[in-house]
Amino acid sequence: MCEVKVITGTSAAAEAAKLADVDVIAAYPITPQTTCVEKLAEFVANGELDAEYIKVESEHSAMSACIGAAATGARTFTATASQGLALMHEMLFIASGMRLPIVMMVANRALSAPINIWNDHQDSISERDSGWIQIYVEDNQETLDSIIQAYKIAENEDVLLPVMVCLDGFILTHTVEPVTIPKAERVREFLGVYEPKHAYLDPDRPVTQGPVGVPDCYMETRKQVEEAMERAKKVIKEVNEEFAERFKRKYGNGLVEAYNLDKADTVLVAMGSVCGTIKYVIDELKKEGKEVGLLRIRTYRPFPKEDVRELLKDAENIAVLDKNISFGFNKGALGIEMASILKNKKVCNYIVGLGGRDIKIDDIKTIINHVEKAEDDTTLWIGLKE
Amino acid sequence: MVTIAAIIYEPGNSIKNKTGSWRTFRPILDNEKCVKCENCYIFCPEGAIQEDENGNFKIDYDYCKGCLICMNECPVNAITKVREEK
Ligand code: SF4
Ligand code: SF4
Repeated sequence: MCEVKVITGTSAAAEAAKLADVDVIAAYPITPQTTCVEKLAEFVANGELDAEYIKVESEHSAMSACIGAAATGARTFTATASQGLALMHEMLFIASGMRLPIVMMVANRALSAPINIWNDHQDSISERDSGWIQIYVEDNQETLDSIIQAYKIAENEDVLLPVMVCLDGFILTHTVEPVTIPKAERVREFLGVYEPKHAYLDPDRPVTQGPVGVPDCYMETRKQVEEAMERAKKVIKEVNEEFAERFKRKYGNGLVEAYNLDKADTVLVAMGSVCGTIKYVIDELKKEGKEVGLLRIRTYRPFPKEDVRELLKDAENIAVLDKNISFGFNKGALGIEMASILKNKKVCNYIVGLGGRDIKIDDIKTIINHVEKAEDDTTLWIGLKE
Repeated sequence: MVTIAAIIYEPGNSIKNKTGSWRTFRPILDNEKCVKCENCYIFCPEGAIQEDENGNFKIDYDYCKGCLICMNECPVNAITKVREEK
């Protein structure tokens, strides 16, 4: 049926792009993403994947090439990290504004200065408002599965937005885990053929894409992106369900994953691989008779407001972990958002793991103890040196 | 209604969408002074200057944006400007 390989996160991403049978890959290497595009270069060179592999001179060009390719109706993939994602900034808005279903792997890494190649979420969080769907995965299997799902979400006619699948640099990108690789035909069945109705290159049906958007029409196009994000919530849930039916793996409801939430007054909210550590701590505490829950935000954009409100309606102590910081507000992005939608609750924010600082089991326990005793909403930086 | 991503599906829409409405100055070409050097024709970024059947150069005000490059490039000052009246 399928094959299990013990591979890194970047290899899982490359396998997923191969399974999605992408037509065009544009690539510029940057740590810790490099091994993903190296793997894809290998697939193309060996004839395992029939795709155009475009070697570009920067990430700005990588995204430009993807936009050009996607505008012809090609299925397109690229991968980046940190400074490379920042260099793409301008093109990210063009991709979403042109409604191109590009899928990109982001190996989350801190931004300079000082130069730091290790993991945090500042890079992709800084692109929060670029009109890209953002999925944060917990492990390598989810990386592979989410990239396959991402094409189905992005290419859905109700959505037509680019998707970034974010995995933690080194923690996932360079760590090997057993990953189940589905059969190519079954992925092909699941994804179907992408037949774009809006973006294509056909001499018999000439179109102008990316025209001037004068004040008379620009605002409407922005509203269209917002409405597509809203519709994407339903599509993401449906794709997650359909994927579960076919491949027997499921990630919460697609937008959020609840772990031991029912009986818990204290709930941690987090994204990415740290959720694995949190689940371990929750299981340990359970043995001691203490119930703590986790709400994992899988899809950060569109933000699952309704699910969060519903799932946290009985929670008393809410601890939001952020691997990013909004300077001048002393909160992380998730902390700000949770506070804005949970107005009458105690929502404390914990800045953790910036630039690859370890988040240890004891740190999670410190957070749990702190939030339970905290009088009001506070922000605490965890693991800082004196 | 604005199409998805404001994509334009009809070719030749510039026939409908006149772009000469944002002009502040209107170039006036005097064929008496013109020596037919074609400078204005070559330099006009809008392609708004054409030669007519009598060999005279004419400015198409539906598309002239009033940048006055033509006036600047004319070697014999055959092009002058007037303020556009709405
Ligand atoms: S003013 Fe500019 S646009 Fe108009 S005719 Fe002269 S060069 Fe062309
Ligand atoms: S640049 Fe002046 S002289 Fe030359 S063709 Fe134009 S109007 Fe005539």
